Amino acid sequence: MLAEFALAALWLAAALAALQLLAGVLVLSEKALVLGGIVRPLAVVQGLLALAALLGLIGLFATTDLSVALVAENSHSAKPMLYKIAGTWGNHEGSMLLWVAVMGLAGSFVALVERRLPERTMLATLAGQAFVSLGFYAFLLLASNPFARLTQPPPEGNGLNPLLQDPGLAFHPPTLYLGYVGLSIAFSFAIGALVTREVGPAFARAMRPWVLGAWIFLTLGITAGSYWAYYVLGWGGWWFWDPVENASLMPWLAATALLHSCSVLAARDALRAWTVMLGVVAFSMSMIGTFLVRSGILTSVHAFAVDPLRGKFILALLAINIGGALTLFALRAGSVTEGERFSVTSREGALVFNNVMLTGILGIVLIGTLYPLVTEAVGVRVSVGPPYFNPVTALFALPMMLVMMVGPLLRWRRDAPGRVARAQGWVMALPPVVGVVTAAVFIAHGGIGLLPLIGLSLAPALALASLLPLRGRDLTRLPLPVWGMVVAHFGIAVAMAGMASDSAFSTERLIAAHVGEETRVGPWAVRLAGVAPVAGPNWTAMEARLVVRYDGAGATTLTPQSRTYWAPPQTTGVSALLTRWNGQLYTVMGEEVEGDRWQLRLWWKPFVPLIWLGGALVALGGALALLGRVSADLKRISVRTRMADRRQRQGR
Amino acid sequence: MSGPAEKAPRWTLWLPLALFVGFAALVMIGLVHPASQDVPSQMVGKPLPQFVLPAGVPDRPALTSHDFVDGKPRLLNIFASWCIPCGVEAPVLGALAARGAEIDGIAIRDHPADLAGFLAQHGNPFTRLGADDVSAVQLAIGSSGVPETFVIDGHGIIRYQHIGEIRAEEVPFMLGKLAEAAR
Amino acid sequence: MLAALMLAAPVLAPVLAPALADDTMPAAPYAYRQLPDPAQEARAQALMETLRCLVCQSQSIADSDAAIAGDMRSIVRQRIAAGESPEAIRAWLVARYGAYVSYAPTLSGLTWPLFAAPLGLLAAAALLLRRRFGWGIRA
Repeated sequence: MLAEFALAALWLAAALAALQLLAGVLVLSEKALVLGGIVRPLAVVQGLLALAALLGLIGLFATTDLSVALVAENSHSAKPMLYKIAGTWGNHEGSMLLWVAVMGLAGSFVALVERRLPERTMLATLAGQAFVSLGFYAFLLLASNPFARLTQPPPEGNGLNPLLQDPGLAFHPPTLYLGYVGLSIAFSFAIGALVTREVGPAFARAMRPWVLGAWIFLTLGITAGSYWAYYVLGWGGWWFWDPVENASLMPWLAATALLHSCSVLAARDALRAWTVMLGVVAFSMSMIGTFLVRSGILTSVHAFAVDPLRGKFILALLAINIGGALTLFALRAGSVTEGERFSVTSREGALVFNNVMLTGILGIVLIGTLYPLVTEAVGVRVSVGPPYFNPVTALFALPMMLVMMVGPLLRWRRDAPGRVARAQGWVMALPPVVGVVTAAVFIAHGGIGLLPLIGLSLAPALALASLLPLRGRDLTRLPLPVWGMVVAHFGIAVAMAGMASDSAFSTERLIAAHVGEETRVGPWAVRLAGVAPVAGPNWTAMEARLVVRYDGAGATTLTPQSRTYWAPPQTTGVSALLTRWNGQLYTVMGEEVEGDRWQLRLWWKPFVPLIWLGGALVALGGALALLGRVSADLKRISVRTRMADRRQRQGR
Repeated sequence: MSGPAEKAPRWTLWLPLALFVGFAALVMIGLVHPASQDVPSQMVGKPLPQFVLPAGVPDRPALTSHDFVDGKPRLLNIFASWCIPCGVEAPVLGALAARGAEIDGIAIRDHPADLAGFLAQHGNPFTRLGADDVSAVQLAIGSSGVPETFVIDGHGIIRYQHIGEIRAEEVPFMLGKLAEAAR
Repeated sequence: MLAALMLAAPVLAPVLAPALADDTMPAAPYAYRQLPDPAQEARAQALMETLRCLVCQSQSIADSDAAIAGDMRSIVRQRIAAGESPEAIRAWLVARYGAYVSYAPTLSGLTWPLFAAPLGLLAAAALLLRRRFGWGIRA
């Protein structure tokens, strides 16, 4: 019954989305103004119904209802409860349901709380949101029904891929989806503003918290996904420029650019058309990424039979949503002026530079990801990987980072380098001096590649520079968004230090060790103390006991495993990591080889956790900024309400 | 103090849409004509690389690249006992051999006992059989999986590569390729 | 590789289950053994990270447990040990498998747009910035 109820809820949600779109259009075309009052309630109920459908599917997975095809294909009764629930979105249909549920809820949320914009713009926004949702409902209901029943339920389910049986699955996809789909709000706002031609600071201020929210989740999702892959795949890599990774990076790049251009629009009423375009582009990148991943069109990890019908369905959806929005943009943006002017050396100037460079990186990632498709169209297969992406994106990222060091110190509209230098004094010289000295030290050290060298020298300089906006300010009164900016920029420096350190200083040790043998990796002594079988709820494993000592210090034990799952039958390595303040020891157990030896893979990765710590700091910065913006808005609203009350009491 | 309405030229506003249309066209082509997932060998048309492999089983001679320059075209089948499609292909190879094709085999990463068991079960169509325990020859001729079958002409030039198992209906086609190589 | 987990949880599964049964032979000599000379090993490692594992879709041979990836690692290490340059080894593999095997695209009649793209984007950026600031009020 649960499956049928959930499916009914989903159909109902789709119907309400259609109604929401229709009502919005009728009001906007002034055919039925009376409907204006129902659009917001429709959006709220629609979101709740989509949530109900998702909860229904979670319930089916939690109870392992094998009469539902999706559950039978992807779950197993012996799985721990956490992975039964997380397994709900560990498959195509379930993750699309998560997508529409998040999208519906985001729409509900906007409908409930967003009151700053003119009501017409809001109606257009909600109609736009309904339009986009409708496509995804159709995709789910017509081409990816998660609730289909089996006439002959199997006695047991197929189980979930062991690599996905990890707490990472419970956390990472929902986070990333909140980010992807949160951007749909920006998309709808952009459409709403284009329809009513109301692009200005109020629009930017209304849109900014939603973009910030989505961006925080995207940042967290990418960071968490990178760390999850790092420890679960057992080779110590954390980013490979795979199409699927790029699919998650592209919306982040666009959202980062949008965030900064929103600031310009909100503060200075400039970059109007550009901001609207980025609003469209950011969510378009989410959709394009999803399409690339789901259609099986690119050679990525998804090498299995993907239903070609689904690919065409999503492409049609893309063409309608993105093509429609961009057409609207082309028709309407001409009447949106670019707004206030500013000089090269100004806060706006720096932000525009940042935007152009981020867009450049976005372009490179997009072109590099799609290029294999271009050559395949003429029958030649090529691979585009790190040797292309690393230097070429650096070409854009490095100038951007340099400008990022001074940008926050500049005044709006017009500034002069001399003024900044006078205001900051000798401290201004600190970042470049630190950068040059670090570079000199590492050049003398030798053996470091150019890009890691640049990263290692730029990171401390950027870290220092990112703190400069705090100087000479009363820290107790500093607005939260400024704290947010400082923390986020500092986080970028931290992450960069981690990345550069990993590629410059990681050491690897491969060994076929017999029990009792000791080996060294970096400053660590690692002894294979024993190998023993262990068992878990749905797996058995050989577990190595590694006694490790850092530079002669006390011993710690690590236990990497080689696990064998039986549903589905598969062997996978489970790495064991030891984190110190200055890096991570990464151990993996491989196969048994001749002569009672066991393959061990060991890495010492100095400062590598900084990558994810930096990512978390960036997200924290976003959260601080969001908190600041929202509390400022709330204050403004309460002031306005109080004034309105007073006016009412005074009988005005 | 707002300045006059400075606008970008009209056509630039259409640029995002134009780029998206390009993207859509590109992926449409990719969807309608999905590219083959095979990795074809670039060695077709080139001489077989030099190699010497030990015999895989006691009752067949070993295999070296010199065996291919005796003026007679032949098939070179790359297979393994642990590869399931290879078992499917085995009877087809038998049929090819029965119709006069000379087939040499290279067993990839195979235990002698497994290999002997495989041949006992599926028959042994091979004239010569080499054992390649580290995929050395496989990599040298640009083969990326098992089974694959190469047509080698009498001068030791690789003339054709067949990726995946040969199906029963493809026997005449493969014989045709052999005849072509004889010309 | 880690891509697998990014968002794509759903699409990951089939790849990891090997399409073929696994062989039981011991790995090639240098599949899981490093070269004694650290400089040579570093060169080999850097090269392996940019070579594609042909049966794993989207992994380099440096981070794949597939048997053929192990065999390719062994060949790379042996050739490096024999004094061959990394680029010569890459060229040897490209001559066999085509450009697909290398993650480092080279400039050719087919790939030039990849290299023109950054230049084009930089030019567009310069144009855009100039136009933008050209209107600006000079400080």
